[in-house]
Amino acid sequence: MALLFHIGRYFMLMAEVFSKPERLSIYWKRTLEEMDLLGIKSLGIVSLLSLFMGAVITIQTKTNIDSPLIPQYVVGFTVRQSTILEFSPTIISLILAGKVGSTIAAEIGSMRVREQIDALDIMGVNSAGYLILPKIIATALINPFLIIISMFLSIFGGWLAGTLTGIISSADYIAGIQYDFDPYIITYALIKTVVFAVIIATVSAYQGYYTIGGTREVGISSTKAVVYSDVVILIMNYLLTQLLLL
Amino acid sequence: MIEVRNLSKSFGTVEVLQDINATFAKGKVNQIIGKSGSGKSVLAKCIVGLYVPTKGQVFYDGRSFHEMAKEEKRQLRQEIGMLFQSSALFDSLTVMENVMFPLKMFATKSEREMRDRALFCLKRVKIEGKGNKYPAEISGGMQKRVGIARAIAMNPKYLFVDEPNSGLDPQTSIVIDELIQEITVEYDTTTIVITHDMNSVMGIADEIFFIHNKKLWWQGTRPELLNSGNKELNDFIFAGSLMREVQKAMKSG
Repeated sequence: MALLFHIGRYFMLMAEVFSKPERLSIYWKRTLEEMDLLGIKSLGIVSLLSLFMGAVITIQTKTNIDSPLIPQYVVGFTVRQSTILEFSPTIISLILAGKVGSTIAAEIGSMRVREQIDALDIMGVNSAGYLILPKIIATALINPFLIIISMFLSIFGGWLAGTLTGIISSADYIAGIQYDFDPYIITYALIKTVVFAVIIATVSAYQGYYTIGGTREVGISSTKAVVYSDVVILIMNYLLTQLLLL
Repeated sequence: MIEVRNLSKSFGTVEVLQDINATFAKGKVNQIIGKSGSGKSVLAKCIVGLYVPTKGQVFYDGRSFHEMAKEEKRQLRQEIGMLFQSSALFDSLTVMENVMFPLKMFATKSEREMRDRALFCLKRVKIEGKGNKYPAEISGGMQKRVGIARAIAMNPKYLFVDEPNSGLDPQTSIVIDELIQEITVEYDTTTIVITHDMNSVMGIADEIFFIHNKKLWWQGTRPELLNSGNKELNDFIFAGSLMREVQKAMKSG
């Protein structure tokens, strides 16, 4: 029953979020601010993770398939496929759920317990729309760029690790990342990214918006935001993979 | 004028307010008093529409709030100013931006006109020099003043003030109280103040509403307050040492 209650309340909140904005110009300005806060400021961690993950995938793949029967370019191929299909869109989104999701829940939760959301409501401002819609649009617009950067850096990290350690030649690696490339996997990854971005923003905002209590409860909401976003992302990842790839 | 008719509010099985009937007059400071947890803030939140009453209705100058369409409610809320207990200023905005916020959301004025209006409101609460500061950089008393400036920015018809003196020293409390009284007269607002501060009640209340045991237990003016003969009310108003001295002085003539 509790699950149904939360699902129902979540969709009611979303109906409020997507109702007509009071001032489009103010919403757009807030969206740009959120793109900086939630997107650009995540670039550092995304880049670092992507570089090292690509490097690790290269070394792992090379050490596990070190057979004369398997061509060397398979390493590059494996890095490309695992990066584009799963690592960048899913794992990075899970990490963003931790960073961005907790920020969203803490910000909105703090505003709730400090009566700032009540203040918006009393002024006649649609508090749900004003606070949440710019975050949804910002994450849905900026996360695909983050993921594309992540894809490049992960593949580059793999090349760097492979060539610097000498376990694979640059030519073999590049041949691998070009081998049997189907551009649809990029579309698939970006569709997933946008869906995950909306999940992160809305689930986290929901947790923050309905915070009751004080600072301790804000912390609990942040934790729940990350956990529930991750769970929903994993479920949606399975469903989207089945829907888009099979 | 705001009228509350047969208003009850429960949270689950816990009843907080029972059959409240009250009329809050225009141009007067109406103070709702009562012990902590007596339901006075819940009553205020029911009146402004933050809580939906379990039963009963609220009328703003004859207009039933609960029968209004969503858009009408939004329109009405632009006529309401509220100062919160915590001031509820937006941390990421400067003092000036906080006061300009409702104007930017709703007013059809130029940026210059909005800035002038915000500056006028800040001058009115005597804090015009702090426009570029953030809420965290000013004192609690100043935050209350900014809260009042924001509340009057849209020329409200109805002013709600929740615990204006909490966390303030006695001198600053008097300044805030006087400001509330002056603004009520100046803007001819229907002002409702939630408080348990007897200094504030004795200083500015025109009409007093005492909430006790879920009900509107007593209603009257300041002169009537001290001679009500109501035990529960007397227990509440004479609980503080200063008011006990007043009581002793009254008894000894």
